[in-house]
Amino acid sequence: MISYEVVIIGGGPAGLAAAIEAKNNGVNNILVIERDRELGGILQQCIHNGFGLHVFKEELTGPEYAERFIDELKKQGIEYKLDTMVLDITEDRQVSMINTLDGFLKVEAKAVILAMGCRERTRGAINIPGTRASGIFTAGTAQRFANMEGYMVGKDVVILGSGDIGLIMARRMTLEGAKVHAVVELLPFSGGLTRNIVQCLDDFEIPLLLSHTVTNIIGKDRVEEIEIAQVDEKRRPIPGTEERFKCDTLLLSVGLIPENELSKSAGIELDPITGGPVVNESMETSIEGIFACGNVVHVHDLVDWVTEESRRAGKNAAKYVRNQLVSKVEPIVTIAGKGVRYIVPQQIRIKNVEGKLDLMLRVDNVYHGAKLIIAENDRLIKSIKKSHLAPGEMESITLSAKDLEGITGKEITVALQVEEV
Amino acid sequence: MYDVIIIGAGIIGTAIARELSKYQIKTIIVDKENDIANGTTKANSAIVHAGYDAKRGTLKAETNVAGNAMYEDLCNELGVPFRRIGSFVVGFNEEDMSTLNELYQEGVDNGVPNLKILNKKQVKEMEPNLSDEIMGALYAPSAGIVGPWELAIALAENAAENGVEILLNTSVTAIEKNEEGFLVTAGDQRLKTKYIINCAGLFADEINNMVNTPSFKILPHRGEYNLFDKSVGDYVKRVIFQTPTKHGKGVLVLPTVHGNLLIGPTSDFIDDPEATETTKEGLQSLKEKTNSVVPNFPFHTVITSFAGLRAKVATNDFFIEESKESKGFINVAAIDSPGLSAAPAIGEMVTKLLFGIAGGFDLNLSFNPTRRPNINFMVLSDEEKAELIQRDPRYGRVICRCESVTEGEIVDIINRKAGATNLDAIKRRARAGAGRCQGGFCGPRVMEILARELNVDITSIVKDSKESYILTGPTKSNKNQEHSSQLVAVSLDN
Repeated sequence: MISYEVVIIGGGPAGLAAAIEAKNNGVNNILVIERDRELGGILQQCIHNGFGLHVFKEELTGPEYAERFIDELKKQGIEYKLDTMVLDITEDRQVSMINTLDGFLKVEAKAVILAMGCRERTRGAINIPGTRASGIFTAGTAQRFANMEGYMVGKDVVILGSGDIGLIMARRMTLEGAKVHAVVELLPFSGGLTRNIVQCLDDFEIPLLLSHTVTNIIGKDRVEEIEIAQVDEKRRPIPGTEERFKCDTLLLSVGLIPENELSKSAGIELDPITGGPVVNESMETSIEGIFACGNVVHVHDLVDWVTEESRRAGKNAAKYVRNQLVSKVEPIVTIAGKGVRYIVPQQIRIKNVEGKLDLMLRVDNVYHGAKLIIAENDRLIKSIKKSHLAPGEMESITLSAKDLEGITGKEITVALQVEEV
Repeated sequence: MYDVIIIGAGIIGTAIARELSKYQIKTIIVDKENDIANGTTKANSAIVHAGYDAKRGTLKAETNVAGNAMYEDLCNELGVPFRRIGSFVVGFNEEDMSTLNELYQEGVDNGVPNLKILNKKQVKEMEPNLSDEIMGALYAPSAGIVGPWELAIALAENAAENGVEILLNTSVTAIEKNEEGFLVTAGDQRLKTKYIINCAGLFADEINNMVNTPSFKILPHRGEYNLFDKSVGDYVKRVIFQTPTKHGKGVLVLPTVHGNLLIGPTSDFIDDPEATETTKEGLQSLKEKTNSVVPNFPFHTVITSFAGLRAKVATNDFFIEESKESKGFINVAAIDSPGLSAAPAIGEMVTKLLFGIAGGFDLNLSFNPTRRPNINFMVLSDEEKAELIQRDPRYGRVICRCESVTEGEIVDIINRKAGATNLDAIKRRARAGAGRCQGGFCGPRVMEILARELNVDITSIVKDSKESYILTGPTKSNKNQEHSSQLVAVSLDN
């Protein structure tokens, strides 16, 4: 069997950054496996700009952002396979895959990095009643058709969900001559970035209908009308508030789900909230030597954060290959307290932290003038003032070496203290 | 001149066609839809009933038990997924248990094998996720599950391999009697035939009325369903029915042959024979009824909902007979539940009926009962996978990630007889797009393959019905590109 030091599953932004970082940390024998026909992942269909402000201090389009990593990967001579699907990963890090050139191939790896990304939630998953007409697409599929294949999926559009892809597609469809009647959002606030609401909706006078949902899809063959209604605090449609839009297309931007079928079959423990593997400070999963990074762990809103997280995974996979990662130690568990939905990493082995550690988290609602409190039991470790917090914007807390050294017990909690409502 | 025109390419039309193909009968199936199995056959409970609940003496009782017994052999010959997993009818109280005893007796009378009444302990041992409130169950080990559209498609394909013609996308709009038999207007064609077999499902009355005085009326009955992810596919291991009461039949909970979990159907009379939409009320009632039998049901794993229509008539039995006014015109109508279970037996019964009318046909000596099964790449061993890719590299390219379907499998099902021509047809045959992402990733790739294999423009690929277009046209930059490449072509010509 062919063996590699590090095998990376997924050649999107996470896999690329992890591969380059592993190489920079002295690993020479790396394989990146990508199922699509080119490297770069979903970035290749994100032709709008706004990528790279943190990592490169400039605004790039998705393909440009990807290109920098792809060029670097090639320059470093890192091996990759395209159009290749991983079928199975075992606990002892054997990876089976198929493609048209090698046929069926099984390789073994000292370390594996999972970077499979995420997929979109569908109409079925939210169970909208109505017909099964054509003209219902996830926003990402519509984006792929428009930006990769060169085809439009509709002319008169309603968008359900104000996640970033939905907002981006509202603008893209408009620029292509389609009429976007409204973006409909179930929650009383948008899950997308504020800058996207301004640049993609406000600038084009596309209404954002908060606390509304789609209640019926009408049309025998192709979508003909979409019925929407206002919802109450419990997100139930309010009778009598129904309104219909004549349109041929419904785009859905109703959430992303980390794609962990391979992780599950390998027996990796998943976090029910993030939908991704439980990871530690080194981005290592519950199976030793299998790491994970990017949207397969938790859904990010900026690719820049994916890059940072993935570099951490790549670096630590390199350490693991050189037997420099301390594994025989009881980890500290990070607990999401009041107002916090989840924290990544879920576990910390302090001995492996070099200098500082970033905790990534999301809150469960919109808050103004709140404090993020990091504490061990009653002992305050750190408190950070936040003027604005929203579920759509990921927060990061940096714990210094000193913060970490002070922890003596088995868990720390991050919770929200709301001063004013 | 045809011997037989079968109107309707659902499970009944295809079962009859395949049976007729055993003889030297010139047969054509005509259907208005663009695929086999596009009506009732594509949206039902996918169950092969044991046959204990049909009243003795009815056609339903006669054909259900007989059809059920034919399933193993038929599905083996045709390479169609079928599993005899058994069924429970669960009871919650004394009244239910007495109904179950009546069903038991009816089943024994109908010839259903191995029926048993189980107590609570036995039920819970076999199905631990069922409610603790259950008092007992009627167990019918002979009940099974099948891929209904796979079976109809396989029947059609095998019939076609054995000489039956198939004409899709063609509505029958008029039927005239003449001396030789009938003249059928189908699309822009006029087809002559000696006999007609009307299996038009929800439209069987319309077809009948084209040549006969109205003698029955089809009452469409809508059933809504929810389908759940494979991760919960073994939440129940058998088909779970509720005891029918004066309040209704309850809903079923069952695994599918594809490894998903299915609940449904609701049951509503409606006027429109095309109203296959789901409703808020319907989906809500599914939830409530399921909860009473399977508490803690994993509703959050839902991947899709759908509704299908069943064609009932007032007598509540199948309607299979030669028209009294038109000799040689056979109605096979009102085939609602247990029509799928009965289909193989109906195929034989109608063939006998035709023999009675026509006086017999010679055997088709070259009849081949077996059909090459679809390749399911992912269930092959590592060695078989390697070998297959070596033979055809297209098996090395995964198109649908959720269901792990390769390009090789998709190309195969497009290029078969009665092959796939649209997205849903691919989904039904090869499951590409049937998984948890519901075609989000693979849709564009599958359309590309369809366009290439069928040699058509990608914008002409539809989801399902003829008018269910997917793309509205090229983007601006794509249009400019096409324009400029046309200019280049023109200048090269010059």
